[in-house]
Amino acid sequence: MAARSAALSAFKITNPFWGKRIGDSFKVFGTTLTSQRNKSFNTPPPAKYGGRHTVTLIPGDGIGPQLLNHVREVFRFSCVPVDFEVVHVNSAAETEDDINNAITAIRRNGVALKGNIETNHTMPPSVKSRNNLLRTSLDLYANVMHCQSLPGVQTRHKNIDIMIIRENTEGEYSSLEHESVSGVVESLKIITRNNSLRIADYAFQLAREKGRRRVTAVHKANIMKLGDGLFLQCCREVASGYPDISFDSMIVDNTTMQLVSKPQQFDVMVMPNLYGNVVSNVCAGLVGGPGLVPGANYGRDYAVFETATRNTGKSIANRNIANPTAMLLASCMMLDHLKLYDYATLLRNAVLTTMNETRLHTADIGGQGTTSEVVQSIMRMIESKGQLTTDL
Amino acid sequence: MVKGLSSPRWQQLAFRPLSLSTGLCGPEASPTRADSNFKVTMLPGDGVGPELMTAVKEVFKAGDVPVEFEEFHLSEVQNTASEEKLEQVLMSMKNNKVAIKGKIHTPMEFKGELASYEMRLRRKLDLFANVVHVNSLPGYSTRHNNLDLVIIREQTEGEYSSLEHESVSGVIECLKIITRVKSRRIAKFAFDYATKKGRSKVTAVHKANIMKLGDGLFLQSCAEVAQLYPKIKYENIIIDNCCMQLVQNPYQFDVLVMPNLYGNIIDNLAAGLVGGAGVVPGESYSAEYAVFETGARHPFAQAVGRNIANPTAMLLSAANMLRHLNLEYHSQMVSDAVKRVIKQGKVRTGDLGGYATSEEFTRAVIANLAV
Repeated sequence: MAARSAALSAFKITNPFWGKRIGDSFKVFGTTLTSQRNKSFNTPPPAKYGGRHTVTLIPGDGIGPQLLNHVREVFRFSCVPVDFEVVHVNSAAETEDDINNAITAIRRNGVALKGNIETNHTMPPSVKSRNNLLRTSLDLYANVMHCQSLPGVQTRHKNIDIMIIRENTEGEYSSLEHESVSGVVESLKIITRNNSLRIADYAFQLAREKGRRRVTAVHKANIMKLGDGLFLQCCREVASGYPDISFDSMIVDNTTMQLVSKPQQFDVMVMPNLYGNVVSNVCAGLVGGPGLVPGANYGRDYAVFETATRNTGKSIANRNIANPTAMLLASCMMLDHLKLYDYATLLRNAVLTTMNETRLHTADIGGQGTTSEVVQSIMRMIESKGQLTTDL
Repeated sequence: MVKGLSSPRWQQLAFRPLSLSTGLCGPEASPTRADSNFKVTMLPGDGVGPELMTAVKEVFKAGDVPVEFEEFHLSEVQNTASEEKLEQVLMSMKNNKVAIKGKIHTPMEFKGELASYEMRLRRKLDLFANVVHVNSLPGYSTRHNNLDLVIIREQTEGEYSSLEHESVSGVIECLKIITRVKSRRIAKFAFDYATKKGRSKVTAVHKANIMKLGDGLFLQSCAEVAQLYPKIKYENIIIDNCCMQLVQNPYQFDVLVMPNLYGNIIDNLAAGLVGGAGVVPGESYSAEYAVFETGARHPFAQAVGRNIANPTAMLLSAANMLRHLNLEYHSQMVSDAVKRVIKQGKVRTGDLGGYATSEEFTRAVIANLAV
């Protein structure tokens, strides 16, 4: 209720301005036209012509450029009808020109594949995380990752199959921090009804689409009674519209404990931003680490694909030992999003066969293989499927 | 946990069931590519179209290009055009996505149907963007050498709406339709094309000083789309001035984008600058389909059977098609061979001032394939 009345008063404050602006623009014919146009202009058609897609490629830092080169190599080899528009983002620059360029590029292409851009903590506080800026500007509200045990990878737990849906645009990542009194810093965590309903609905819809049985909301409403309380309440409201899917909730601390002791109990999980970050890293660890799990960020109009745990991997950059699996599977999710299901299946099968049957592994999961050896093996697998490929 | 098994769709979308061997999913993986050949729909059309297609087929055969053609003869003048035939072509296009096509001749006289088969095919496939890359051929000298400009034409609305009626006896109204959605779509296509090919400028061609609302809307749409591409320069020019500039100083242009009829005129004008209809390739795109054809679309019926048509345009178009299919190597091979023959200057067809027949030209191209 408190949140609702706050929103109402905010509306009252802005309303007079809004009304006035509409009144003005009715007098000036041109302004109304342009404002209308801008509204619908937010979603230009994606860059797809003659069956070929253009996708924005942001190499990022660390192992990103290397992995994305491998993706391009595999795409070219498998004759995938996707062209990349490469946009570099310099993480050392303080200006936002680069990232704005990248965001515009995604706006025109609709879809992007990206490596993680490094966020340097020594930069002045005015410099926001590029990755976060990209997600919030494009309103990529849903982060989706699917953690599934791979039979070829030795882990403590078997048969894990969890989908994690994380709110991606608000919560603790609001970038609203200030020092109210010297020595006292306030970080604002924002939970809104609209965004909570939106993410909950996304989670339930996805669960239904994929034939899942149960959705678990992760929260800390015992402490943050209003903020997380609102989130939880929104999830409950949405759940009532999906009687075929059971709903329960779990407190975040208990969730992490349950995850490492009995992860098989979870099905679909939905949560606010920071918990999502923690839980997704725990889950990725459970199935074999950051090199294995792909992630996707969906908004209404745009989609950005990357590795689930968003690591830069600076320490293993340029050493040819990074695990290409996560990025290749992310590119498969992208192909699915582009409705190129055949190519996605082909590539995914090749990646998983290399992982589970050939058992050619990189060092992060206890193997001896290099990145390029794994990629070579994947390409051989694609070739052996009798598909049309170009020369190596 | 076996929940994965209860939802086959999900398996396809996210992760394949991991324990299954891939052999199980192999057969349905890629239905179109089973024989490891690319299938392409072929519409030879009228006039010299069939002769040009023969040249393409011969060159592809000699170059071992992994492309298979599905041929359909659709012609209004030879009475082979029918609804069923059109349906067959559309079905084939649905599977293949890519076609190579000669001009289907449209008789001038009115027989009760306003839209020609050419137009209907275009509309059914929603081939909204026509691209003509006008590029001087090294070795063949014209008034303007080293030309390199791209003409992008909207070809589903504008003057080609097929909406004509006699409102009062003796008064005919032809409707020119300009819509915001389609204007934006073609503008975005032009800018996306410029981005992809690393070009620096897009010029919108219009007549908004006379058609203030219609062409005005087109112009406004272009300007709005341009905002999404801060790195590409955007300009506009009036059609009449554009024609004059093209023959005086064509080097000032890079990518041109325009509505239907202007595009038709500029395509032909620009093709004339570098050697005529026989040397300029063209292509048409929708979101799903791509059709490769000659840049200036003429059946050239007076040359039928005389073995004098110039296969250059169709061969270059075929090379572009191969690039579109990801066959980079073969594409380069074919276009290099054609350009080498033109550059050597020994074998040229009549339109370029030579004495060679079409067949001799094709043989020369085959001899120059670096296989």
